[in-house]
Amino acid sequence: MPSSVMPTSSREGGRRSPAAISVQGLRKSYGEKTVLDGIDLHIPEGTVFALLGPNGAGKTTTVEILATLVRADDGRASVGGHDLAADPAGVRSVIGVTGQFAAVDELLTVQENLILMADLHHLGREEGRRRAAELLDRFELTEAAAQPGTALSGGMRRKADLAMTLMGDPRVIFLDEPTTGLDPRSRRTMWEIIRRLVDDQGVTILLTTQYLDEADELADRIAVLDGGKLVAEGTAEELKRRIPGGHIRVRFAEPEQLAAAVQVFEVAEADQESLTLHVPSDGSLPMLRSVIDLLDAASIEAAELSVHTPDLDDVFLALTGSSRRQADATTQLENVR
Amino acid sequence: MSTLALTMTDSATMLRRNLKRAIRYPSLTFSVLLMPIMMLLLFNYAFGNTLGTGITAMGGIGDVEYIDYVAPGIILMTATSGAVATAISVCLDMTQGIVKRFRTMSVSRAAILAGHVVGSVIQTMIGLVLVVGVALAIGFRPNANALEWLAAFGLLGFVTLALTWISAAMGLVAKTPESASNTPLPLTFMPFLGSAIVPADSMPSAMRWFTEYQPFTPMIETLRGLLLGTEIGNSGLISVAWCLALTVAGYVWARVAFARVTRQ
Repeated sequence: MPSSVMPTSSREGGRRSPAAISVQGLRKSYGEKTVLDGIDLHIPEGTVFALLGPNGAGKTTTVEILATLVRADDGRASVGGHDLAADPAGVRSVIGVTGQFAAVDELLTVQENLILMADLHHLGREEGRRRAAELLDRFELTEAAAQPGTALSGGMRRKADLAMTLMGDPRVIFLDEPTTGLDPRSRRTMWEIIRRLVDDQGVTILLTTQYLDEADELADRIAVLDGGKLVAEGTAEELKRRIPGGHIRVRFAEPEQLAAAVQVFEVAEADQESLTLHVPSDGSLPMLRSVIDLLDAASIEAAELSVHTPDLDDVFLALTGSSRRQADATTQLENVR
Repeated sequence: MSTLALTMTDSATMLRRNLKRAIRYPSLTFSVLLMPIMMLLLFNYAFGNTLGTGITAMGGIGDVEYIDYVAPGIILMTATSGAVATAISVCLDMTQGIVKRFRTMSVSRAAILAGHVVGSVIQTMIGLVLVVGVALAIGFRPNANALEWLAAFGLLGFVTLALTWISAAMGLVAKTPESASNTPLPLTFMPFLGSAIVPADSMPSAMRWFTEYQPFTPMIETLRGLLLGTEIGNSGLISVAWCLALTVAGYVWARVAFARVTRQ
């Protein structure tokens, strides 16, 4: 078997980057219910890819299939150059998985959990201890090393879980909702850790999340998954640009100034209460400049000016809204059953 | 390393994990010991007099004390009691995220089960030694020599191995720890319906048929023979055959159940 990575043309048709994860037409259903309805993914090496979607969109199923836990009904996939169907053992040798529910042995201490991983990766005594100490230090878990899993806080447990995943030095890491249920501070810490992983070690990460800010913060590319289908894919910026709603917001000190400005901008919407004017905009610099120029030309003084681009929340709601009714209907049907 | 060597290494790692877990969570181990020790005390101090007199009147056990008659059967019950604990711990483990983690790693699949089974056998064997100790402390006086003791523990180990594989399978097919603790319960009653407490001859004829042909009766008779010098006859051979058959059946069942649980 050639171990070289299968080249897959990227959608932009530009530079071809080797894919760490490549997926075509992945399908999975449980009984009547279709969980994945033909997923295609191309994730270049050394990047973070976020699968974004509401609960039940198929995020976890995608990860379980790619991590060899669940067999797909149809479709092809390769992870780290290993074909998922033909060589699952090869896939297992390059991946690390941190699941939605932390997989730490609760009766063992953090240190023992790490050594367990070292033993299962056949690292040898010395190397196992060295790597465990290094990870404990890096994740600030050294003080908790002798505590059993049951005694850990949510944030520490996630860190311990990720540390266990890293003991095997995986090239491809699956993070299934790594910060769900964490307090804001622990979330920040996890983000920090995840970012450093990519920067320092060049690993590839497939992240699933239902938090838009998390995808925005961490991912190079984002795919929005809804009802088992990818409804959009791109960088955070590309996704934001895809939907309307951007505008330039101009606030005035006096009602007269607002009235004068309304005369200048025909397409704008005025809010008398807050003395603001919303001028539709794509957020580009020339557009911004022309707004300022028009105000200057009419000698209208503005108190404040800000540019509002749609955030991922707008994108998310716009993209997943269409199938929402369908999903609601499905839920209803399930409840009847 | 070869596949076999890897399986052995991983099994040893899993065994270490299971033994550590047993030490950290000793209540399950204690519950294994509780049943046989309570039985020993109950049948020696509370029922012993009446049962002993009754059996002697039937000419059942000659001039042996009742504790000597009942101890081998109750020692064997430690193995059935251990089976319940095995089913619970296997079921609990399968519902934990860590087994999912093992399955995403290059870990030998057989090692996950092997670690459990070997760990449980060791745990139960330690329990057996303790129960024998309690029996000796309250008046059990076997006349076995070293070789006979060795053979007795050999038989107990084989019985434990057979029951552990079967209960591991029960733990794998159980959906909840509660049902995992219920499924092996019939096993714990089997010695009562064997010759553990009273001789098979003393039972009603319909029950006697079951008693004579169920696996625990020859096992108890062999143990009694080894420890007290009573007649063994062909019970030894039948016991070994039963153990072998139950081990193979339990092993196959467990492997099939494990494959089914882990393939979705």
